[in-house]
Amino acid sequence: MERIKVEHIYKQYRLGQVGTGSLIQDVNRWWHKVRGKEDPTMKITEFNDPVAHDSSGFIWALKDISFSVNHGEVLGVIGRNGAGKSSLLKILSKVTSPTKGQIMLNGRVASLLEVGTGFHPELTGRENIFLNGAILGMTKREITQKFDEIVAFSGVEKYIDTPVKRYSSGMYVRLAFAVAAHLEPEILIVDEVLAVGDVDFQKKCMGKMKDVARHGRTVIFVSHNMEAVKNLCTRAILLEHGTIVSEGLPSDVIETYLMSRNQLDWGKEYSEHEAPGNAYTRLKSIELTPIREDGKPIISVKSTLEIKISFWNYVEDLVANLSLHLYAATGECVFNVITQLPPPTIGIGLHHARCVIPKELLNTGVFYVSFMLVQDTAKPLFNFEEVLIFEVEEEREITNWHGKFPGFVRPNIDFKLQA
Amino acid sequence: MEKTKFREVITPQQSFFDLKLKELWNYRDLIMLFVKRDFVAQYKQTLLGPLWFVLQPILTAIMFYLIFGRIASIPTQGIHPFLFYFSGLTLWGYFSDVFTKCSNTFVGNAALFGKVYFPRMAVPMSIVISGLYKWWIQSMVLIAAIIGLYVLGVERTNVHWTLVLVPVYIFILAFLGLGLGILFSSLTTKYRDLSFLLTFGVQLLMYGTPIIYPLSFTSGLMRKVLEWNPLTGILENFRYAVFSVGSFDFGGLMYSFVFTLIALTVGILVFYRVEKSFMDTV
Repeated sequence: MERIKVEHIYKQYRLGQVGTGSLIQDVNRWWHKVRGKEDPTMKITEFNDPVAHDSSGFIWALKDISFSVNHGEVLGVIGRNGAGKSSLLKILSKVTSPTKGQIMLNGRVASLLEVGTGFHPELTGRENIFLNGAILGMTKREITQKFDEIVAFSGVEKYIDTPVKRYSSGMYVRLAFAVAAHLEPEILIVDEVLAVGDVDFQKKCMGKMKDVARHGRTVIFVSHNMEAVKNLCTRAILLEHGTIVSEGLPSDVIETYLMSRNQLDWGKEYSEHEAPGNAYTRLKSIELTPIREDGKPIISVKSTLEIKISFWNYVEDLVANLSLHLYAATGECVFNVITQLPPPTIGIGLHHARCVIPKELLNTGVFYVSFMLVQDTAKPLFNFEEVLIFEVEEEREITNWHGKFPGFVRPNIDFKLQA
Repeated sequence: MEKTKFREVITPQQSFFDLKLKELWNYRDLIMLFVKRDFVAQYKQTLLGPLWFVLQPILTAIMFYLIFGRIASIPTQGIHPFLFYFSGLTLWGYFSDVFTKCSNTFVGNAALFGKVYFPRMAVPMSIVISGLYKWWIQSMVLIAAIIGLYVLGVERTNVHWTLVLVPVYIFILAFLGLGLGILFSSLTTKYRDLSFLLTFGVQLLMYGTPIIYPLSFTSGLMRKVLEWNPLTGILENFRYAVFSVGSFDFGGLMYSFVFTLIALTVGILVFYRVEKSFMDTV
């Protein structure tokens, strides 16, 4: 039985400063509408433009989205930031309306776009449970019935009559999620709730979501956490630039997603006059290639990464080293390696270097590569900053915990439990 | 495969005049919880707590008594000045409270509205109800003051039979505030300047409403302005009902009623239109 049927949904947003000079535009639009003409500020010819961006300052966040979800299904929605996931969720949860198209729903919808919406800091935990429950669509009776269960789930029994402004952020989130988790909607929309709370709590949440699906209700789950999607969902869709590019089994869709990711950023090539550098050296190209047994172009924790650098040297008989820095997205340097010692002497012209980062060394996350050319192991001739950006994806055996491992590295260190 | 029948359809358009009253009724618990939240949150960590509901108009009435009664010597139709000001202020307080708070519905709740759906009308409705509670408490004080002054022999108040119409007056007052409030609320999502204008406008409106002076005190242009003001009929008729002064003005009452009906209709129409997409512009 179909629970949700989405038919040709489009969503248009206006970019930039909304409100400036909009009165004239509004009047103009209204006048066109009154006469039954096409809205002059809405350009439909730009549909096929991948960037979906036209000169009038409008953007199509969603373009012709159609899908349906059945009873008891857990649908995963994945895609890069800005692919349209949030817009889709907002439309499904009625926070905003589509520009075109229609959605048909069968059953009560509850969304967990952000837990704790409507919590009032001055009210006690008890009062907030009722208020938040009602905001999420429960009646007072339903909340009263489930009150004890909610409190037990949250684990804040002791502080239930304390204003929530005195809660730690962890308690706050747990209470908020507990309320949301005890909704009994036919359709539940979940967005990244797993990013909050400790491991124990995450486990509880995942369990609750599985439960919901088992009871024949429908879940739409949006996440960046591929492991969680793989584990929880029965089907997945991949959004890219506002359209559905892949739909099917979660593992297949995730693979499509990983393969499409960041590929453009994995290599750069410059012509000599526009290349970064100075009078001593210029960068010709830098290229990152994942090496895997299965041959798939995926950068994951199980991929060996090969970085190839080509550069022009303009210094005669240079005693040369390359010094490569790898930075985490937050800016910390993860490691610094240099080419062989004692350094070789190189002549004027094009030179090549190769660096291999073994698999099972880097943890998941975004990393930057910078490198410099060094003369006589002391004098940097030029620092090529952030010439490469890549993201290492998760790939692991099934664990019941779906969080991110802490740390920048995740080396394969021998560690065994004797059993 | 059998065709599924869907219970709900989300489309870009809004049918022209759908009040969605049934949906609002389903969320009645939420409305009452909003009312409770307003009360609890407003006076938590204050020493006098809900006593402020009463103290505010009492202090204002005393201030008016000193400034307008004693210094400016504006007549009060023979009613004790305190009763005159206080009775007017309870009504005005209710109206301006509903009006200004409702006008902040969208902008003030943007964070909440952006994350979860519930009928947006629940917020202004809760404002109307919590305002009514406040007005009721203040009315008790008014009654106490009337009885007190009667017992002391300072003032003998004659209540008129039109007192039974007071609920109607309050009803009109509340919905006038609601209609104008939600209309402004919808407009401020696009044109933010309006919220500044509103603060000033409400202040000005108070002096253009017979609260510190009776209608009979005015003449010429001022009289014209007051006759256009939909609040005038309500205030004059209210004082007639409570103190039996002035006259029962049926025309003024009808004018207020029709004005309210129009303001409410326009307000609701615009509110429901804006409700669907305002998240994209805030």
